[in-house]
Formats: sequence, structure tokens, C-alpha cells
Amino acid sequence: MNEKIFINARIIDPSQKMDEKGSLILDNKGKIKAIGKNVKRSDVRSSAEVFDIKGNILIPGIVDMKAFVGEPGYEYKENFRTLSQAALAGGVTSIVTMPNTKPIIDNVSMVDFIIRRGRDKASINLFPCASITKQCEGKLMTEFGLLSLRGIIGFSDVNKTIQNTELMARIMDYASDLGVLIMQHAEDYELSKNSCINDGEIATRLGLEGVSQIAEKIIIERDLSLLSEYPCRYHINQISSKKSLEVIKRSKSNGKKFSVGVSINNLSLNENDIGEFKTFLKLSPPLRLEEDRLSLVNGIKENLIDVIVSDHIPEDEESKRLPFAQAATGAIGIETLLPLALEMHHNESLPLNKIIETLTVNPAKILQINKGTLKKVLMAIFVSLILMRLG
Amino acid sequence: MAVRKNTSAIKNPPKHLLGIQNLSIQEAKQILKDAKEFINLNRSNSKKLDTLRGKTQINLFFEPSTRTQSSFDLAGKRLGADVMTMNMSNSALKKGETLIDTAMTLNAMHPDLIVIRHQDSGAPNLLSQKVNCAVINAGDGRREHPTQALLDALTIINRKGKIEGLKIAICGDILHSRVARSNIYLMNMLGAEVNIIAPKTLMPKSIERLGVKPFTNMKKGLDGCDIVMMLRLQNERMQGSFLPSKREYYEFFGLTPEKLKFANKDALIMHPGPMNRGVEIDTKLADDINVSLVKEQVELGVAVRMACLKTYCK
Repeated sequence: MNEKIFINARIIDPSQKMDEKGSLILDNKGKIKAIGKNVKRSDVRSSAEVFDIKGNILIPGIVDMKAFVGEPGYEYKENFRTLSQAALAGGVTSIVTMPNTKPIIDNVSMVDFIIRRGRDKASINLFPCASITKQCEGKLMTEFGLLSLRGIIGFSDVNKTIQNTELMARIMDYASDLGVLIMQHAEDYELSKNSCINDGEIATRLGLEGVSQIAEKIIIERDLSLLSEYPCRYHINQISSKKSLEVIKRSKSNGKKFSVGVSINNLSLNENDIGEFKTFLKLSPPLRLEEDRLSLVNGIKENLIDVIVSDHIPEDEESKRLPFAQAATGAIGIETLLPLALEMHHNESLPLNKIIETLTVNPAKILQINKGTLKKVLMAIFVSLILMRLG
Repeated sequence: MAVRKNTSAIKNPPKHLLGIQNLSIQEAKQILKDAKEFINLNRSNSKKLDTLRGKTQINLFFEPSTRTQSSFDLAGKRLGADVMTMNMSNSALKKGETLIDTAMTLNAMHPDLIVIRHQDSGAPNLLSQKVNCAVINAGDGRREHPTQALLDALTIINRKGKIEGLKIAICGDILHSRVARSNIYLMNMLGAEVNIIAPKTLMPKSIERLGVKPFTNMKKGLDGCDIVMMLRLQNERMQGSFLPSKREYYEFFGLTPEKLKFANKDALIMHPGPMNRGVEIDTKLADDINVSLVKEQVELGVAVRMACLKTYCK
């Protein structure tokens, strides 16, 4: 492989606080050799391949902290190959995959399978998650230590919440000692029973059962209280409301260490988009009011929310063409994550650098991985670059 | 992709009656006007017409119903249609067939009208996308029950001569009630002022956005009302999960002659049925022909449904 040089690029890499016109050189192994405004064309041999970026933007590959792969068990919804294609088309190069497959990834042999399978079939960096509790049932914790040794990046029960406070306390206590990442979905089941959309005007009009913001807030408050006692690496997968954000603001300003994610869906849409029973927008957490959406955007600006995720959940047609209450929850999103995030730059609600930060370096920091950056002598052999034209 | 090809492509989509929300004021008034003409027919000796002769009407009831189902049954027959009533609680659906597949199966038999009652909100909307005959909503989940609202409107017009300018109270389990929602839309549309009376736990979120005034105090809510619509309170709601007990509910939200005094002197009482006597309404009051319109509602229900069938059948 020859050396490659990418010239005339606007390089944005929040991990190095870089936003400058310059060039990037890849050595013959695909590692970054030089980057920045001081890199010149004459720095490479004449045999090097030259790519003219023409003033477009070069950012690190996106790290998506929440996506569902159907393998094993739901190959008809998504597999490693199709997920890779969708991800690469959307500029996502690293994915944290969720463990709610069939069977659920809660033991060491499943991890071995998924890592081998991913290595053979996927063309992106995969970071598998295992479940926090066996079968995601919220009753017995999984082998955090052994699973981490086998290459599990973090633990999540995906769209299920550990309701038992005693168990959650023990999980956080145990996890704090091992230094593993616990990713919680915040939803109180008693408060969200049978519900499928936000508890508001649309729920009243459509005659659907709504889930109030309190269902999310109460779990966040509980977990943050526990966090004071058991300071583990704690991440809230997705928040959806202004009220949750207020709790987070209070805790973060008190110096508590934890991280928060938000789905691109909750940043781009509100409950009105459900219209007359669009089951494609049946999501968890649900779409809420415009007021909530705006507060979430503001939460990113104020560093209260650290990452934007795609919450990519492909569903087949049969699971969605049903009455709303019966339809499956979730929507695809990995391919549209970046374009929709950039929309917040175009409509001037967020600065471009901030958006890139929440998509690249922030998730990489939370996961403690060497991705989402264009630093020199990077460990990664394949550094993927994205060229994106901004209007 | 093959699936999509087979299920879509409905040419010249027919009009459906999915809810009052989708109805224009002209359409609503026309239905009421047509229905008025059927009232006398239904009281006469020869009740049968041949307006819908040769047409097929399928009643698809996924939820048990007595009055709505028999009312639609009779309405279709009086207009001369061939009526088939399918009780779906023990049918293919139990074998795992989806609503869409059921719809496709029935559609293949070329019905002209499908009347559907379903426990899920939005089921008639989904059905209407998949069939090429008119769909009439006979109640879906807690969303809408348009023919009930229309028959309530007709009953009021029949007694009071108009709806515009009246003050109407709807009282009871608003949260779970499709009748309440359809009535809110229709009474608002026809120019009435609507008060909603319910205990806090049975009041839907943001109900004031529907253009009504919410009250938790029944006496205040009834103040100056011309019509009092009572709703049925289901047994499972009054055993501690939503309300402490029947008797506590009756004390604060049951309609008694004393509470009725807070409404206008000539106020009339309505109830979509079936009634829980002694829970939401005093039993003597329910039977008092001077104030209770309950029997009239059932009678005019047939006329309204005849008008709907006639309007939506092509």
C-alpha cells in the first residue's frame, strides 16, 4: 500500500482541539503519519496517492454507542454485513452493539461467537456489550469480570431497566471495583406500564396510553443517589425530557462523574411527528414535546449530554404494520445519524465542533477506546475518514 | 417488496368514517339531517328500505358489544343490505392472523362496508389503508366512537332543537373513554361549550388542549349546564388502582338529584350505556323519563347508523 495524502481539507478533530485547513498523511500501513496545517504535499514521496478534499471537512470516524445487530437470532432484521454497509454509508466506523440478541449475550461463549462472527462479516470496528443481568431479566448479574476479559466493552440491558434497587446497588458496587461501564436505560416499569408514547396531548387524541417523564426521572434520581455510594463508571443510555436534564444538571454541577446519551430521534423529532399512528416513530424513550427537544439540544451545548447515539433498531415490516399498541418499538437510524446531527449545525442550534465532539471523541472517552480521533501514530490500522459537504 | 405490491394500490380510495376528528362540519350536519328522516321510518310499521339492496356489510367486532353491534346490524338490514356479523374474539385472530391479513381476506369477498370495533386505538385507520370498501369505526380502544357522538348529537337536537350555544358536561372516566373524546370533538364543532368532570386519576393529560374546561368538582362543573352526559365506570377501575372505592366515587362523582340541581333547571341526562346504577348515576334519575334520554339515545342510534351506512356506502 502506498502512502496517501489528503490535501485541502478542513480538519475537525475535537480530540486535539483541531479545526484548521490542512492535510493528512497516511503511511503505507494506513496509520496517520502527519496531520494539520503544517503538513505539505512535499512531505510525501512522489509515488504517494493524492486525494484533493477540495475544502470539505475531514472528521474522525463516528462512534455510535447504541445500535442493534440482529445476529444471532434476528438475522432477518439486520446482520453484521448490512449493519456495516449502513454504518459506513453514514460515516459511522465504530459501533457498540447491544446484547439483546437471541440468545442474549450474557455469557462468555456468546461473546466469543459474536466477536468471531463480527470479525469475519463486519467491515467496521465492533465493540460488543453484554447484558447487565442474565437474560436481561433484572434478577441476577452477569460475569462482569470474565466477560470484560473476553472483550466486552460495557454492560447494558438495552431497553430494559433494573427495577430492583438492591440489585442495582450491588451491581454498581461490584462494577466500581472492576472498573466496568454500566449503561442504564432509565424507565420505571410501574409508571410506564402498557404505554407507548409520551403522556400528553397526542396520547389523549390518539387514545394511547402515555408514559410520563417521571418514569425516566425517577430511575435517574435513584441511580445517581446510588452513584454517590458506589462510584462506578455509569452511563445513562438515552434521556428524553427536560425534567431528566434538570436532575442531571444538579448532579453534574455537584461534581458527580457519569455520562449521558441522547438519541438522534429525540433531538430531531417531537411527539407531533407521530401524526395518525406512524408506528415507525414508536420509540423508547418516546418522542416528547418540542420544549423537551429544545432542552435536549441545549443540554448538549451545556455539556450535560455527552453523546448522541443512533439508537438503531431495525424492525421488519410485519412487526410495524400493526395497531400502534401492538407494533414493535424502535427505528433505524445509523445511516441518518450524521446528516440529522449536521442539521442542527445548519439550523444554527449547535456549533459544528460540538456536534462532532459528541459523535467522536466523547463516546470514545466514555468507552475508553482509541477511536474517534485523528491523533498521530494511532493504534488503529484502519482510520476511516468522512468527507461531508456542508451547505 | 412483493408484500407491498400485493397490499397497496387501492384505486379511488373510498371515504371512511374513522373518527369525528376527520369529519368536516358539513359532513356531520348532513349525516344528522339524513338521520332525522330515518327516525319516523323506524317508528312506522314498514321499516324496510332498499337503499342498500345488493350491498354487503360486514360487522367486524373484536370486542364484545351488545347495543352498538345490534344497532349496526339492524341499521344495515333496514336499508336492505346483506349484513354479516363476525364475532372476532374466537376466530382466526386467535390463531395468529394479523389484522391486515384478516382485512385482506374479507376484502377478497368484496364487501361494500366494513364496520369495525377493536380494542386497539387506530385499528380502523390501519384497516382502512388495506381494503377498498368504506370502513366505519364502531369504537377503537380509547380513541373514538364517532357514531355514538353523532347519535348523542341527534338526541340533543331532537329535544333541544339545536346544539349551538348549549353547555354540555361530560362526567366520569374520561381517560379510558372513546365516547368522551368523540363527543368533545363533535359538540365543540357544533358550537357547544363543553365541561369535563372527572377525578384527577381519570382525567387525560392536556385535555384542555381539546378545547374543553376540566373540573374535578362536579358541582362547579355542572353549573349552568343544559346536558349532563354520564360515562360508564368500569369495575376494575374502582377497586383501588384509580379510585379508592365505589361509594367514594358515588359520593363525589355520582349523579344524584341534589347534584343535578347545580345544572340548569331543564337539564337533561344522557348515558351511552351500559349503566352502573348506584355507581355513576342514581337509579331513579336514570329512569326518570322527564330528564333521562337514555332510551331515546338507543332508539336514535339506529337512525344515525342508517344515515352513516347510506353516506359511506358507494
